[in-house]
Amino acid sequence: MRLICTVNGTQQQVDDVWEGESLLYVLRERMGLPGSKNACEQGECGSCTVLLDGLPVCACLVAAGQAEARQVETVEGMADGGALDPVQQAFLDAGAVQCGFCTPGLLVSTRDLLQRSGRPSDAETREALAGNLCRCTGYEKILDAVRLAADRLAQSGTGGHR
Amino acid sequence: MDFLQPTTWAEALEAKAAHPDAVAVAGGTDVMVGINFGHLRPSLLMDLTRVEDLQEWSIEDGAVRLGAGVSYARVIAELGTQLPGLAMASRTIGSPQIRNRGTVGGNLATASPAGDAHPALLAADAQVEVASVRGSRRIPVPDFYTGVKRNAMDADELITAVLVVPPSGPQQYSKIGTRNAMVISVAAFGLALHPDRRAVGTGIGSAAPTPRRAPAAEQFLADELTGTGLWESRAELPAATAGRFGELVADAASPIDDVRGSARYRLHALSVMACRALTWAWADYRTDTGKEV
Ligand SMILES: Cc1cc2nc3c(=O)[nH]c(=O)nc-3n(C[C@H](O)[C@H](O)[C@H](O)COP(=O)(O)OP(=O)(O)OC[C@H]3O[C@@H](n4cnc5c(N)ncnc54)[C@H](O)[C@@H]3O)c2cc1C
Ligand code: FES
Ligand code: FES
Repeated sequence: MRLICTVNGTQQQVDDVWEGESLLYVLRERMGLPGSKNACEQGECGSCTVLLDGLPVCACLVAAGQAEARQVETVEGMADGGALDPVQQAFLDAGAVQCGFCTPGLLVSTRDLLQRSGRPSDAETREALAGNLCRCTGYEKILDAVRLAADRLAQSGTGGHR
Repeated sequence: MDFLQPTTWAEALEAKAAHPDAVAVAGGTDVMVGINFGHLRPSLLMDLTRVEDLQEWSIEDGAVRLGAGVSYARVIAELGTQLPGLAMASRTIGSPQIRNRGTVGGNLATASPAGDAHPALLAADAQVEVASVRGSRRIPVPDFYTGVKRNAMDADELITAVLVVPPSGPQQYSKIGTRNAMVISVAAFGLALHPDRRAVGTGIGSAAPTPRRAPAAEQFLADELTGTGLWESRAELPAATAGRFGELVADAASPIDDVRGSARYRLHALSVMACRALTWAWADYRTDTGKEV
């Protein structure tokens, strides 16, 4: 079947999509957007997290056809040309990236969290990121990165505006 | 595999009548796992997310009419006051990503004994509205669960909505799992006090082939509260009453040993959860003097 949806602000059309295929497969294998990772295909790890009409979801659990005419935002849409999003920069600066497999999902979830609540408490952050597993970092550096990003966004006045 | 995307309920019901083996997909958090792992290969996949009626909730004859396609995230954000037990249960489900997609209708249709909506719906005396081209009917939620992952729907039926009367007293939900997020319950318990009709509602999860109530525990507590005048006095609840209630809840279960826990542990956990849930609910009831009953 044919699928048309908007990904990172650009309309995309793909053909010959299998009806049982996931949005994650479509993004990675048909649209050339491998940023969203495939680690479990069962909603457990969050490494495939994308925004679907503005809400964080596991792309592996969205049937391709369910994304028809919807807005999808992936990690590829975060950087503005060469300039990293402040959340991306904070993950690098805080050392929150080791193997990096969980990072795209965490970036999408963190960006969403900081847009909803500019200065989340650690408890709020843990709750918001509970669906994103990381096997490497032990999460402390990830929490550091979220705090750093929140501070920087607050200073530049671009956090919590949604 | 075919993919169908009805935009009206009539269209969805006609498709289900024509293809009884069609598999509906709402949030996809059960269905897509099955498809991704090759366990599920329906000839027709029917997306229900474009049927607007299913994504809405409203108040109808004093009850909340919760469309089958309303996500847990929305139950939590929009219905915390009207459906407190279900909102509490919803907060324990999966992760933010799962709660943004997963629906109460999907939980009902899957009818897993571990589904977290069930104990809350049982305690609140919910009704499930199902429909087909033949018409619609309402099934009291205890009758909806007919076996392990089996429900009372006919092959041509779909779930339209869940009907729940808003509470006249406190509700609680308690769940045991190995961590705070992303866990299937080892055992779960839902409680609703109904001071308006001097009744008690319960729901047990993960401790029997189906979600079920604990009728003897409900009757015991309702009689105790009435007999001792506690509904009116709102005095302290004797610890022995809460303890006995916990025992009777555990007596209603028939759990098995499995990878998540032993039957013995589940029974113990249930009695402790029921006792605690009642203690919390009673504390709420004592301070909530605003409502005359
Ligand atoms: C990582 C993860 C964690 C989870 N954690 C929990 C948890 O903590 N607690 C819990 O209870 N569950 C949990 N689940 C299971 C799942 O999220 C729930 O059962 C959810 O309610 C399913 O809803 P859905 O809309 O996603 O259903 P779908 O997957 O879309 O559908 C599920 C079933 O319902 C049918 N269906 C859907 N809508 C209708 C309708 N209107 N009429 C008739 N049939 C319908 C489908 O055909 C299918 O058989 C988890 C799942 C995942 C992947
Ligand atoms: S790949 Fe989607 S949650 Fe793990
Ligand atoms: S950095 Fe390796 S999984 Fe998180």
